[in-house]
Amino acid sequence: MPIVALKPGYGGTVADTEDLFHGKRLLYICWDHHLLFCAPLCLPLPPEMPFGALIDTVLPGAYGSHPDFAKIDWSTVQWLDSGKPFKPDLSKSLADNGLVHKSVIRFRTPGLNGLQGSCS
Amino acid sequence: MSTSTPASAPASTRPAPRLGLKERYGMMTRDLGWETTYQSMDDVFPFDQFEGIKIHDWDKWEDPFRLTMEAYWKFQGEKEKKLYAIIDAFQQNNGQFNISDPRYLNTLKLFLTGVSPLEYAAHRGYAMAGRSFRGVGARVACQMQSIDELRHAQTQFHTISHFNKYFHGLHDPQHMYDRVWYLSVPKSYFEDAMSAGPFEFVTAISFSFEYVLTNLLFMPFMSGAAYNGDMATVTFGFSAQSDESRHMTLGLEVVKFMLEQDPGNVPIVQKWVDKWFWRGYRLLTLVSMMMDYMLPKRVMSWSEAWEMYFEKNGGALFEDLSRYGIRLPKYHEVAAKEKGRLSHEAWAAFNNYGHAADFNTWVPKPDEMNWLSEKYPETFDRLYRPRFEWLAEQEKRNGKMWRNPTLPMLCQTCQVPCIFTEPDDPTTICLRETSYHGMKYHFCSDGCKDIFEDEPEKYVQAWLPVHQIYQGNCFPEGADPTAPGFDPLAEVLKYYHVVPGADSGDFNTSPDRLNWERWTGQDLSDPAPPDTLAPRAA
Repeated sequence: MPIVALKPGYGGTVADTEDLFHGKRLLYICWDHHLLFCAPLCLPLPPEMPFGALIDTVLPGAYGSHPDFAKIDWSTVQWLDSGKPFKPDLSKSLADNGLVHKSVIRFRTPGLNGLQGSCS
Repeated sequence: MSTSTPASAPASTRPAPRLGLKERYGMMTRDLGWETTYQSMDDVFPFDQFEGIKIHDWDKWEDPFRLTMEAYWKFQGEKEKKLYAIIDAFQQNNGQFNISDPRYLNTLKLFLTGVSPLEYAAHRGYAMAGRSFRGVGARVACQMQSIDELRHAQTQFHTISHFNKYFHGLHDPQHMYDRVWYLSVPKSYFEDAMSAGPFEFVTAISFSFEYVLTNLLFMPFMSGAAYNGDMATVTFGFSAQSDESRHMTLGLEVVKFMLEQDPGNVPIVQKWVDKWFWRGYRLLTLVSMMMDYMLPKRVMSWSEAWEMYFEKNGGALFEDLSRYGIRLPKYHEVAAKEKGRLSHEAWAAFNNYGHAADFNTWVPKPDEMNWLSEKYPETFDRLYRPRFEWLAEQEKRNGKMWRNPTLPMLCQTCQVPCIFTEPDDPTTICLRETSYHGMKYHFCSDGCKDIFEDEPEKYVQAWLPVHQIYQGNCFPEGADPTAPGFDPLAEVLKYYHVVPGADSGDFNTSPDRLNWERWTGQDLSDPAPPDTLAPRAA
């Protein structure tokens, strides 16, 4: 529905366009069933970063404090992009893997169910 | 103006009969308005039609309280005198040391930065709404509420400022309200209402908030204060109580008036009721964690409060409104499904990001976890106890609390981090997404997504703290993010006027705790290891 406004043509500045993030794009990441991390993370990342570097250099700093993190077998991890299954090519960039500004990816780690199996 | 009879008047002259209450009320309210002739009424009141609400007869407005300004000042003046006398006594008797436990202070910090600025915003909002309505009855009611809200903001600042002499985090509430990440939740809630038209504003604040949800805000804070020995806060609560009941009655009157004036108003009002129920409910997330985790002596659980104040009382209200064609707000059933998890998800989020909040945080103690197990038998032990026990162990081992080093994803509408889980699966984060003009937008729930999709032009402008930090807009003037060794968190906290480790961070290493022990001689360390403690009796 169009907005109900005092005058026709109401609009305002879109607050989070890609050009405002200094050459980076926002990427949201959620490690499913690991709610110790209370919400998905929001990261500004260069679109040319290889997907493999996300796993090797970014995620350890973000999730490494969880006892399950070191046990992840990355070859069995299931990825979702906006809720749809997706197979990232680790050698290609985030952009070439189809990730755009404000994409949200989730990953599932079969067999790892958080602190004492509580999904924490 | 003097009303005394001149001394020279003959003794036989009888004073003119006094006006009856009703006439006097009429003269002092309705008679203050008039039909304008130099300018058209539409030009004088340009904001009360564009929302589509049709009012055929403003005289049908029933004033919920037959109160004139003259009587209003008198009543309020009396209440002020009592309040300030008690605050004086509280200060002279060092009442700040009679509270149950210094962790309680953090509920005051939450209240002062998250609620008192809303009172001030409400003062502004009602002044605007009052100016906008062409019906004089509605104008007078809004004017009184506007002044009430200003009084509430003022008495809260005055009462809590006493605590500011002794404890951290209470020094700059209005500045923090405008900047601190989680305070964008209450701020954006109110600014959404204030930037709507006057009818939506009063539906949002008078009806959805004051009438439907206010018991869930005021009851926990004021009873919580009473349970925890904070007589100053109890007193301003009492002082505001009679105003609150006036506001609640106004809220119901506003909605009934709109519904009775034109059948075309019904779907518009229903849409606002849906929207503002959901926005208000998301805002109350902060209250839920206050009730279950932050009050050292608890009043009742969030789940119990929700059942009593919304499911039972709210259910009766909406049954009453069904004769106008109004039904229960959309997604009330989601709120019911979430009542066993809301507070836990929220306090876990403050365990993640308490190093950047404006109050101190802690892991619940073993006896407190037992209370939570009792109150939440379906969820606590299975889903949350392992998390909090792990967090307690980390704090013990490292001498400081575990924290999440990366900023969270926020909901575009309510601005709460996306901490909520799927309505039917408490182990999976709930995310919803839409696209508008080629850009993705994300939400914590269907409720927030619907609100966005109804008015995307409005919500694309949202000032989301996490995105603003990444854009570089939340550093103090002169900070250089390209300088070597630049510490973004430290700079953001400076921008918030938050001193890390004192105003924010772990309670157990905070100066508030250390000072409390020094000043009162109490030892706050845990009396016994967790396994020797018996579960607390119900």
